[in-house]
Amino acid sequence: MNDLSLHIIDIIQNSLSAGATLIKLTVNEDIIGDLLTIEIEDNGKGMTVQQVMSLEDPFFTSRTTRRVGMGIPLFKQSAAQSSGDLVVLSEPGVGTKVTATFKYSHIDRPPLGDLANSFILMVSANPKKEFFLRYLYNGSEYCFDTVEVKEILDGLPLYDPSVIRTLTTMVDANIKEIKDEN
Amino acid sequence: MNKIKSLDDLRKMKQSLEHGMNIREKSNSPESLVQIRVAMATCGIAAGARTVMNTLIEKIEIEKIPAVVTQGGCMGYCYAEPTIEVKVPGKDPVVFGNVDSKVAIEIVEKYIKNGELLDGIIPTNYQTINE
Repeated sequence: MNDLSLHIIDIIQNSLSAGATLIKLTVNEDIIGDLLTIEIEDNGKGMTVQQVMSLEDPFFTSRTTRRVGMGIPLFKQSAAQSSGDLVVLSEPGVGTKVTATFKYSHIDRPPLGDLANSFILMVSANPKKEFFLRYLYNGSEYCFDTVEVKEILDGLPLYDPSVIRTLTTMVDANIKEIKDEN
Repeated sequence: MNKIKSLDDLRKMKQSLEHGMNIREKSNSPESLVQIRVAMATCGIAAGARTVMNTLIEKIEIEKIPAVVTQGGCMGYCYAEPTIEVKVPGKDPVVFGNVDSKVAIEIVEKYIKNGELLDGIIPTNYQTINE
């Protein structure tokens, strides 16, 4: 994985496989506190305590097409090499929350990558699911909610390339503005 | 393109977006669309699935092909990632392996537009798990 936004896609894919219909992504770039936090919360089927415990084992996977599961171990490795950590909280029937933290200034912290592109790709590829993005930079925040956006688009398909481009530009512009102001 | 930032900007842009779409797409029946599914499990993402997805979206817009690009999970072809599954209306789905941006463009130009087959097809004796 070259950047953290790819890990985000990977974890969102897990949420989708778990049958989630609502996925909340929070990215908090706290330069002052020297901390980067990425949180992905879903309302999927959740996991038992035992399943959560075996997550860090690369040879644990619920998938049947292959016998290894590297998603969480790789994400955890990225966090750990940046003096951070990865915590998974889950409850069967309720959902799962994955929180990864990174020391912002750590030389081994992977770059965040193209967050707007990664997020909007997930939104457009799964038009029936709801996504919520909360992006924070030194305390200022921007929120994107597919419920609102779909209401405005009023039936226009989210998978249309021009819609994808427009939404990506919109999210990107907001992220850049918050960054420039702070 | 106009500057777009707020939801109000989006509201204002809605009409021009709608005008740009072709009629078939607006009919909103998935059966009439080409469905392209990019495998987006850890192996696929690490191998460059996001780049392929971006390329495909750009290319179908340029070629004005009514298509939907979605994501799928692992199909078990980790050795051949990135893989994409293409379902042209009225035909069986075809899975292509080792798809980079160059191959993705070829798939759109040759297979989707003209029905020509390309190298790198994975036999379709698989079953997808997360429909």
